[in-house]
Amino acid sequence: MSDATAALLQVVTLLVALALAYRPLGDYMARVYVDEHHTRIERGLYRVMGVDPDADQRWAVYARSLLAFSFVSVLGLYTLQRLQPRLPLSLGFPGVAPDQAFNTAASFVTNTNWQSYSGESTMGHLTQMSGLAVQNFVSAAVGIAVAVALVRGFRRARTDRVGNFWVDLVRGTLRILLPIAVLATLVLVALGAVQNLSAGIEVTTLTGQSQTITGGPVASQEVIKELGTNGGGFYNVNAAHPFENPTPVSNLVEVFLLLLIPVALTRTFGVLVGDTRQGYAVLAAMGVIWAVLLVGVTALEASHPGTAFGLAGASMEGKETRFGEAASSLFAVSTTGTSAGAVNSFHSSFTAVSGGLLLLNMGLGEVAPGGVGSGLYGMLVLAILAVFVAGLMVGRTPEYLRKKIRAREMKLVALYILTMPVVVLAGTGVSMALPGPRESILNPGPHGLSEVLYAFMSAGNNNGSAFAGLSVDSAWYNTVLGLTMLFVRFVPIVLVLALAGSLAGQQHVPATAGTLPTHRPLFVGMLTGVVVVVAGLTFFPVLALGPLAEGLS
Amino acid sequence: MRTSTPAALRQLGAGLRALLVLTLVVGVAYPLLLTAVAQVVLPDHADGSLVASRDGLVGSELLGQSFTRPVTEDGEPVTDAVGVPVTEPDPAYFQNRPSAAGGGYDPLSSSASNYGPENPDLVALVEERRALVAALDGVDPEQVPPDALLASGSGLDPHISPAYAHLQAARVARERGLAPEQVRRLVDDLTQGRSLGFLGEPRVNVLLLNLALDEQAGTPDEADSE
Repeated sequence: MSDATAALLQVVTLLVALALAYRPLGDYMARVYVDEHHTRIERGLYRVMGVDPDADQRWAVYARSLLAFSFVSVLGLYTLQRLQPRLPLSLGFPGVAPDQAFNTAASFVTNTNWQSYSGESTMGHLTQMSGLAVQNFVSAAVGIAVAVALVRGFRRARTDRVGNFWVDLVRGTLRILLPIAVLATLVLVALGAVQNLSAGIEVTTLTGQSQTITGGPVASQEVIKELGTNGGGFYNVNAAHPFENPTPVSNLVEVFLLLLIPVALTRTFGVLVGDTRQGYAVLAAMGVIWAVLLVGVTALEASHPGTAFGLAGASMEGKETRFGEAASSLFAVSTTGTSAGAVNSFHSSFTAVSGGLLLLNMGLGEVAPGGVGSGLYGMLVLAILAVFVAGLMVGRTPEYLRKKIRAREMKLVALYILTMPVVVLAGTGVSMALPGPRESILNPGPHGLSEVLYAFMSAGNNNGSAFAGLSVDSAWYNTVLGLTMLFVRFVPIVLVLALAGSLAGQQHVPATAGTLPTHRPLFVGMLTGVVVVVAGLTFFPVLALGPLAEGLS
Repeated sequence: MRTSTPAALRQLGAGLRALLVLTLVVGVAYPLLLTAVAQVVLPDHADGSLVASRDGLVGSELLGQSFTRPVTEDGEPVTDAVGVPVTEPDPAYFQNRPSAAGGGYDPLSSSASNYGPENPDLVALVEERRALVAALDGVDPEQVPPDALLASGSGLDPHISPAYAHLQAARVARERGLAPEQVRRLVDDLTQGRSLGFLGEPRVNVLLLNLALDEQAGTPDEADSE
């Protein structure tokens, strides 16, 4: 079978699997968030938490609950890392240094999973499974909760209530993420992933050297890392590590898990607003961007332009033999299009323009199909911008899903869209201007700029993947990137919740002949255009100086 | 404003209790129960697909390892500037890909090189590795396949391409006093196609290949003495 046919079949298999899961999972998630009934276990949890699950919250209260939970999570995870040596299963590792512990806590609570540490030599098993992996679950549940709150803004009318954060958090964790994670863990172990509590086994290799076979609860963490689009690997090399991702089949399973919830949430959205075609339109825009970037990256990696790859005859630097170029490209595009940032190959060693496309994929705001929840609310914000632009063209008050888009909504949308680029570009600029942070760069020339840009793009979009040549375990990068991740996670979330509150307060307006239909190909095209133009105008200059300059040199 | 402080505190309290109970469920019960199930149902996989020879555990099927020997001069081991023993590829064994994990294939420091395609260091390494492989295997430098020249993502890649395995077959056969055909047949036997016919790439597991050679013909030392 030719490489191209195999690559195509791989994508077709993935799409068929996603299509099969789309309706059942999307419908199920919709039911989860409108269900009036609490299970007995949930009631128990709410009692312990001291919250009333039947009290709907105003948006500001919802936001305060979310921020309080996240604040406590950062503090808790920081403390756990600092106290590591005094706790069981520490494997003898010392406490994590303060700046790195802050960075990691911010990183996992914001669903970024940027890692300035190397898992196998920094984190004990308890920190991994009871600290980091817990945030993999709950930060994903927080993302879905925000998306659902926004959808309630469209669904409800003349109310100031957008839902109950604690209920959304618990249900997302227990009813959606946990059951899928349990099943998928068993699948991954069946394919060879590791799941034990061993501190490592010493063996003598065939040529008489000693090698330590590491252990740990890897599969259970691997699964939620993909499913929650978190991305933080148990090991330094993430899903390139054979214990995390042992075969090409496990690789496809992991890509499926990455895309599963972000894709199915468009169905949930469609069901909840009472028109599943709206969900298909949003999904189509996500899919177009994903597909175009996938074709671009796959073709570039296969044709391997660049000096070193030309000499060697392939772009296999940083790629595993079992995956090859096609499965590595698929993973790379899917992880930068979601907020995952897990990697099965090293983006810094992709061909120059591919690296630029991966950067662009994050720069689009991670909406192809985006992180769990964050992809949907990101795309809905852009959809509001798209109907606004369309409204300007014909001189009508724009509407989306029978809600008027007024000055207040547009101010929130504009602030949302500006937040990420300002932080990314300012952070990159300042880091390039300071001599200390500049010394962290590994590769000379334009690639060095790409390393710094990638770090801020990744942190600034809560992605977590890296051009990992940059030495980011420094006080500067740990602190600045940590603050960046917190800022770009929670400022947009508060804006989206404000938007939800503002929309929920409105009444539904009847659709008229002048209403722009938002489920047709025309709107999909407009939405895709808005996504590309906004990011293109923002990031084209810096992408030209980094990856494009490198690719043309 | 007076009522806002208790309200904020109440939220923080609820947040803390939520974090604790959810940690118990997804941070303790979930990983431990799945570890228990995996250990009962699939203990081989769960423990890392360990591989044993007659002499005991030799590694994991999933992790590559270095097949090197110490360089000696007048019977004394040679060390580098910082006192680390210098090693060279053991010609009786199939070699795997270049590794950026610690000193090579160290699972305690998995790593990629992260070199960009235009990095002069990577360009130099490709040329250097091509010359070394060509010299070791006595082949035309143009014949050396890409995976012999470029480091893997994990630094622990257990596989090489069938092309690289076949390139090394003649040299390994010569060193072990085996017929080249016999070694080539072994390579073919251990070559895995794409998974399910279309996923990933064809590949050869180097540890399993070398282990099969050791078990087939005794250890290389015995082969030498015959």
